[in-house]
Amino acid sequence: MNIVVLAKLIPDLVEELEIDDSGTALDMTWLRLIINELDDHAIEEAILLKERTGANVTVLAPDIEGVDDILFTAAAKGAERLIKIVGDYESGVNNHALARVLTPVMKDLQPDLILVGVEAHEDLDGSIGPLLAGYLDLPFIGYVASIELEDGKATATKEYPGGLSVEMEVTLPVVLGIQVAEEPPRYVAVSKVRQAMKTAEIEELEAGDFDLAGGPTIDRMYQPEVSEGATIIDGSLDDIADSLIGIFKELGVQ
Amino acid sequence: MTATAAQAPNPSISDTFYTSLFEVDNGERIRACLQCGTCSGVCPFGYLMGFPPGRMIAYLRADRFENVLESDTVWMCVSCYACTAVCPKEIPLTPGLMTRAKEELLLEGNVPTELQDALMNSQRYGNPLGESPRKRAEWTKGLDFDIPTFREAKRPVDVLWFVGDYPSYHPRVQLTTKAMAKILRVLGVDFAILGPEENSDGDSQRLAGERGLFEMLAEKNGKAFGKYEFNEIITSDPHAYNAIKNEYPKLGINFPVQHFTEFVADRIDELKPHLKDIGERRVTYHDPCYLGRANDIYDPPRKLLGAIPGVELVEMTHNRTNSLCCGGGGGGMWLDGFQWEKAHVRLSEWRIQEAVNVDADILAVACPYEPPRFEDAAKMVQGAGRLMVKDIAELLADSLKMEE
Amino acid sequence: MNKDILVVIEHIRGEVADISYMMIAAARQLAETTEGEVLAVLMGSGIENLAGNLAADKVIYLEDPQLANFTSDTYQQSLENLIRENNPRAVVLGHTSIGMEVASLLSAKSDLPLVSSCLSFSGENGSVKFTSQLYGGKILAEGLIPEPIALLTMVPGGYKPEDGQSSTPPLVITAAAPQFADLEISVKQYIEPETGDVDITSEPLLIAVGRGIQLEDNIEIAEELAEAIGGVVCASRPVVDQGWLPTSRLVGKSGYQVKPKVYLTLGISGAPEHTEGIAGSETIIAINTDPAAPIFNIAKYGVVEDIFDLVPVLTEKLEES
Ligand SMILES: Cc1cc2nc3c(=O)[nH]c(=O)nc-3n(C[C@H](O)[C@H](O)[C@H](O)COP(=O)(O)OP(=O)(O)OC[C@H]3O[C@@H](n4cnc5c(N)ncnc54)[C@H](O)[C@@H]3O)c2cc1C
Ligand code: SF4
Ligand code: SF4
Repeated sequence: MNIVVLAKLIPDLVEELEIDDSGTALDMTWLRLIINELDDHAIEEAILLKERTGANVTVLAPDIEGVDDILFTAAAKGAERLIKIVGDYESGVNNHALARVLTPVMKDLQPDLILVGVEAHEDLDGSIGPLLAGYLDLPFIGYVASIELEDGKATATKEYPGGLSVEMEVTLPVVLGIQVAEEPPRYVAVSKVRQAMKTAEIEELEAGDFDLAGGPTIDRMYQPEVSEGATIIDGSLDDIADSLIGIFKELGVQ
Repeated sequence: MTATAAQAPNPSISDTFYTSLFEVDNGERIRACLQCGTCSGVCPFGYLMGFPPGRMIAYLRADRFENVLESDTVWMCVSCYACTAVCPKEIPLTPGLMTRAKEELLLEGNVPTELQDALMNSQRYGNPLGESPRKRAEWTKGLDFDIPTFREAKRPVDVLWFVGDYPSYHPRVQLTTKAMAKILRVLGVDFAILGPEENSDGDSQRLAGERGLFEMLAEKNGKAFGKYEFNEIITSDPHAYNAIKNEYPKLGINFPVQHFTEFVADRIDELKPHLKDIGERRVTYHDPCYLGRANDIYDPPRKLLGAIPGVELVEMTHNRTNSLCCGGGGGGMWLDGFQWEKAHVRLSEWRIQEAVNVDADILAVACPYEPPRFEDAAKMVQGAGRLMVKDIAELLADSLKMEE
Repeated sequence: MNKDILVVIEHIRGEVADISYMMIAAARQLAETTEGEVLAVLMGSGIENLAGNLAADKVIYLEDPQLANFTSDTYQQSLENLIRENNPRAVVLGHTSIGMEVASLLSAKSDLPLVSSCLSFSGENGSVKFTSQLYGGKILAEGLIPEPIALLTMVPGGYKPEDGQSSTPPLVITAAAPQFADLEISVKQYIEPETGDVDITSEPLLIAVGRGIQLEDNIEIAEELAEAIGGVVCASRPVVDQGWLPTSRLVGKSGYQVKPKVYLTLGISGAPEHTEGIAGSETIIAINTDPAAPIFNIAKYGVVEDIFDLVPVLTEKLEES
């Protein structure tokens, strides 16, 4: 059983985001990148499956600043093989381009199971999991919260809003978009990560050219106006209740 | 468990662990344990621990350390040094046995999630709160005078003020930080801060079993210290004080450090003329574990309080060496939910009760963990409605304000 | 020139999801610019009745037992077919556990451009602009919807569900699903949420009670509100400490980090240990008698009222509507 996990680094929202001079992209100077939290869950799920079934785990990530750390951390958790995809990311990349680049890579690796975080907050052209599944002609199930493997099949639990979930069976190989791992991603001691840095090896693969077709062009990027402090709703109790109900409706929760 | 067993070709987990304890200062004293149980008796959470220090030693001797690793009650230890202070054989139980046991649990992955988050945040952002490192000096914004960073100052400065995590980021503790800034200004101290170049001191992470993380953070701070010229470091955080004073030198990072209360107590004569009456207040002082028991600093804070006109200092039942822990040390700050589940009591609430018992108006503190912990606890304790929690720096600043 | 807008109606077990109505509202606006029609696509088995209140010009109802439960492959194949037959200007799907994966699969397989997380659209001399919400809502991105056919996934917030509903039933055209090929996914069973054991980290609407609730018996007013609006009750630490709600409902540093669409607080002051757990909320609405409570610094909307006065009125109105 071969499991390949795809992990991406994305902007950390702990830092204020700023728009660059072109007005169409984020200013990279101050950007801090972290692993997409859902990809971290995908890694955890892979490690859990490895512990249960003895599968091999490969973690794959685009070669962006900080990638070595996330790969070594994955190794410290138990991943056997680490691969980074080297390419000219600064000139621009989107999920379509990345999925195209990864298609031949995945064909070579011949995984039984491809796990990836179901989405990332920077996705503007769809999510990478189903795009990759589409190019590879593999089935896809997203919002997965648990996986059982048996006889060339996977049973995945997919979550719907409101707590309902559904069990789906699918023949391998398959791409699964992870919403949450069965256990929260484990903490690995810094000493173990440092150890992995000494012993584990990161393979490098060339991405080649990025073909961005399939994603939109951004003409303008901006920050929505955030008001300082709360907008205070006042009036009679009736008025306030009506305003609140209006807000609930607008936000799609009622 | 014997010395010969330790030399056997395949040492057991117990053996390996036991011998590793000798690496801690005075660690070999563990051999002398009398099994008197004093340590477990004084431990605030001893009754809830599967393995309080004395029993853990017994299990080690019985070659059954595995049992300790399976239990999660070691996480009840708040590294308060109470056991260490009473042990007749002076065994370094807190920095040795208990901390090493947590290290083993951490390596096994037996870590409560709350603690994991704080450790992850410390790794990622250099502070356990998960705040942006770029914003480490944001607290200075509300002041009507400038706090220089070393990077801006571009010159040798007398004092490096190591601000610390909670003083930098926690909205309640920022008030004490600002008070401290004001005092330094009145004293005319030539100081600067590291701002975004400062990282968590790492001491509580170390005592929560994350030694590697501690070293990583210490190295970063050491590098930042090394970049600039200054004569000494001061800090309001006893945990940072403990790290820089006792632990950083072991990593080759040697800088003189003083706790804020020591530093100001030395200059109290300069401050006194500016201190005005704050009105009659019954004040009691909580000795933080890492100022008191771990570092023997008991008098400077009291000296400062005594200098404030209007303050009547009263002692709680537990004071000085036998002070009660607030529950925040050794990772306790990040184990609140876990410990509540097990104990259904908070150490901070006991302490508030003691302050109420001596009829204090103000509980004075000298550690940044305290204001949020004690204010939160005061809401839960009957009769604590009137009790105010104030850092000594805040009380001094109040007294200075009276002058304006 | 392609003009029509296809809207993929989402429904789970006999209920149309709200996002579907919002998508129709958006599609109506798009269709005005493109001078086309709004075609809603309803896929399933024995659910024709769900078409009744859709404010679409036409509903294409694909009836097939294989569409009875959602799977990405049947939806993708059906839509591939419909797109070929109808040549729409855009296909609108939800940015949800259904729409998101179908849109991306379609984009890869049919080589169609995709814009996701669309919040709103606007028309400008014949071309249509999208506004997408990125980086957890911290950034908006604008651009033109690619020609000639674009796939769009939508997040809620830009349109009202009412505007996608109509009291006159639309024209429903029942059609057969295509011959499905190579289906690999089969639905085995639904798993109901376990009652009493809610996972507050995945709830879209949380009603959070704090010490302001005063007594255990008063939790009921929050429960009633939650029931009327379809939310779940959670709490700050003092409430959980007293044992009035289980630890599974504790929000904050020592409890859970939640990320609901709406976080409504009743009598919570907003201590940093609590707010640490709610930073991921899309919208915070606070009700507190103290106008200086720190919770108002991070809330988007605030009400300075006594919860015991306001909440019953709110619940009653919600129950009526
Ligand atoms: C280490 C540590 C960890 C902690 N972890 C957590 C945690 O995970 N989660 C957590 O929540 N807290 C946590 N706390 C506690 C936290 O510091 C606060 O004490 C707590 O969040 C306060 O809860 P509250 O807002 O409900 O109560 P309070 O702060 O007492 O606020 C009650 C509010 O209700 C308002 N009010 C009163 N009556 C009414 C009324 N009738 N109508 C409207 N409003 C009214 C008041 O104006 C007030 O603002 C932690 C503390 C520490 C020290
Ligand atoms: S350090 Fe304190 S909490 Fe830990 S074992 Fe010793 S007495 Fe108990
Ligand atoms: S107090 Fe010291 S001697 Fe007594 S049991 Fe504890 S460790 Fe052993």
